[in-house]
Order: sequence, then C-alpha cells, then structure tokens
Amino acid sequence: MRRIILGLATVLVLAGATARADDLTLTLKNHHFTPAELRVKANKRVTITVVNNDATPEEFESKALKIEKVIPGKSKGIVRIGPLKPGRYPFVGEYHEDTAKGVVIAE
Amino acid sequence: MLGALVIVFREVIEAGLIIGIVMAATRGVVGRGRWINIGILAGVLGATIVAFFAGAISEAFQGAGQELFNASVLSIAVIMLMWHNAWMARHGREIAAEMRSVGTAVSEGAKPLTALAIVVGLAVLREGSEVVLFLYGIMASGTTGSALLVGGALGIAAGAAFTAFTYFGLLAVPTRYIFSVTGWLIALLAAGMASQAVQFLNNAGLVVALDRTVWDTSWMLSEGSILGRMLHALIGYTERPTEMQLTIYLATLLAMYLLMRIARYRPRERVPAAAE
Repeated sequence: MRRIILGLATVLVLAGATARADDLTLTLKNHHFTPAELRVKANKRVTITVVNNDATPEEFESKALKIEKVIPGKSKGIVRIGPLKPGRYPFVGEYHEDTAKGVVIAE
Repeated sequence: MLGALVIVFREVIEAGLIIGIVMAATRGVVGRGRWINIGILAGVLGATIVAFFAGAISEAFQGAGQELFNASVLSIAVIMLMWHNAWMARHGREIAAEMRSVGTAVSEGAKPLTALAIVVGLAVLREGSEVVLFLYGIMASGTTGSALLVGGALGIAAGAAFTAFTYFGLLAVPTRYIFSVTGWLIALLAAGMASQAVQFLNNAGLVVALDRTVWDTSWMLSEGSILGRMLHALIGYTERPTEMQLTIYLATLLAMYLLMRIARYRPRERVPAAAE
C-alpha cells in the first residue's frame, strides 16, 4: 500500500514537473478572469493554474473542457485539460457567471 | 435573487433526482424514511465539513485532491448501487409480492437501506458542499447578501419539490413493475456516476488513456442546461464523452447486469425465508 502511494505521488510530481514547462495561468479578480482568452496547443494535455485572488470561493466550470473545480478564496487550483481538437471552449466561474467567463482557444 | 435560486437549484438537482429514485426503490420497506433522513442529514453535515476544508482538500495530492475525493465518493456510490440492485434481484420479487397481497409496507430489509442511505448521503455531500461554498461566498461579500440568501433557500426548496415530483412520478408506475423500473434507473445512475468518476481521475492526471472525445452533442443538448443537467444526473448524459468514459459506462452496465443475474440465480427454488 505504502509503495503504491509513493508510486502515485511520484507520478503526480512528475506530471507536475512536465506541466511547468508550458505554464498557463488564469487569474480571477473581482469575479473576472484574466486573460479572458487563453490560447493552448491543440491535441495535447495542458495544465492551467487558476489563481483566485477574490476572498470568496469560485467554481471553475466548463462542460466543454469537462472540468468542475472549486477554487477557494485567496488560493489556487490546478486544472488539467485536453487533448483538445482545435476550437473554442468556453468556461465560467459558476458562482458569478455573468462576469466570470472566458474561453480556451485550442490551436 | 433569481440568479442565486437558479445556481442552487442546478446544484441540488442531481441529489434531488437520486433521493427521489431511492425513495421509489425502497417503496414498501419498513423504516426507509428514517434511513433516508439519516442519509440526508449526514450528507449536509459532511458537505459543511468538506466546504470548510475545501482549501486543504484542493491542495492535497499535488493539487489533485478534489478530483480524487470526487472520484472516490462517486465510486463508493456506484458500489452501493450495485449492492442494492443485487440484493433486490434476489429479494425484490418477494417484497413486491408482499406489497401486492397486503397492500402496505410490510417488508424487512436493512441491507438495501444502509446501502441506499449511503448513496443519498454521498449525493448530498458532493452537491451540498458546492451549495455551502456558494452561500458562504454570498454571506462573505455582504452587501446584497440577504436577497441572494433568500434565493438560495428557494433554490433548495425547488430542489426538494423536484425530489417529490420524481418520487410521485415513479409511484405512478404499477407495483408489479416498480422494482424493475427503479432497478433500471439505478443501473443507469450507477453507469453515469462511474463515467464521471473516471473523468475526475483523468482531471487528476491519473487515468489519461483513451482520452479522445468520441462525439460532441453540445449543439443539440447543452450539458449546462437544466434538461442537460437532469439527464446528466439520471443517465449520465455527457455532451463530449471520452472513449474511456464510454467504455466505463458500458462496462458498469454489463457488470450490473451480470451481478443481478448471479444474485437472482438459485439452484433450487426453496422457501424464500430460508434463503437468507
């Protein structure tokens, strides 16, 4: 069991390390995402760090990207997506959908 | 206010559907109300705790804690649903027969009750923690808080009404068929949950095989719409399923079918009471 956990941890660390090569960040402030348009490589797995600078929690949600993730206030979350076909993939902050929205563009 | 109502309602739909189906599936079983209530209460309590530790859960396992948590919760629910269906395959006919002859709730059956109470608890836990976080956000931001809170409360009430609607809808099914109908619903529910679970493992970076999207029906029915969400909860509708999700969905249905066949099998038909 211990070995399995260690193995899993290693895999996760390695996954984290390779992700850092092309670092993508989305920042949430006053319930707005910056950048509102995020360009990523198509047909590749991509890791995005979502930084929530607001005091309130937010749920990063995108049916198109198949992501549902709560990002607590004043913290950040890692979102793993892809591989995506070229195209536009909208996302929202579910708790403030009218302002917190953006799109991932795979190309 | 309306916005808060819609957001909360959307979050509680899934748990609401599950509770409605579970209530219909345990029709005629003594003590089910108590067990379902325990499940709901434990779920709400758990949701509050999970919301409180959202930050810690999120940061665990190199930032994949939340995904692993969701995948675990869903997997346990799938196992409980399988257990329930297997148990019902073995004993459902007797319960239905008793219900027909006496016409009221007469049956004993603690096993499916614990399993289904756990399913209810887990459904409330998962959806509830998001509601708690949302309402907490409203309260923390102050200003227009009270109207939004009323909206949130109305959203929960709408969810409860939706549960009642599901339940009474299922009650319209004749007694003879009720357990085969709920059995099928539970099988589809379980398959949908299993495919969600494997997607969470993908999001966590653990299961990345077969990650190509098989089809895209977002133009026809958006998964974010109310109908889309209902179908998502009910049969696991996904607008862009991956190959892995589809595989797991079908595998769960097959496993459920085989399990029920095995559970139903009895070498020689004897007095039902002697079987246990």
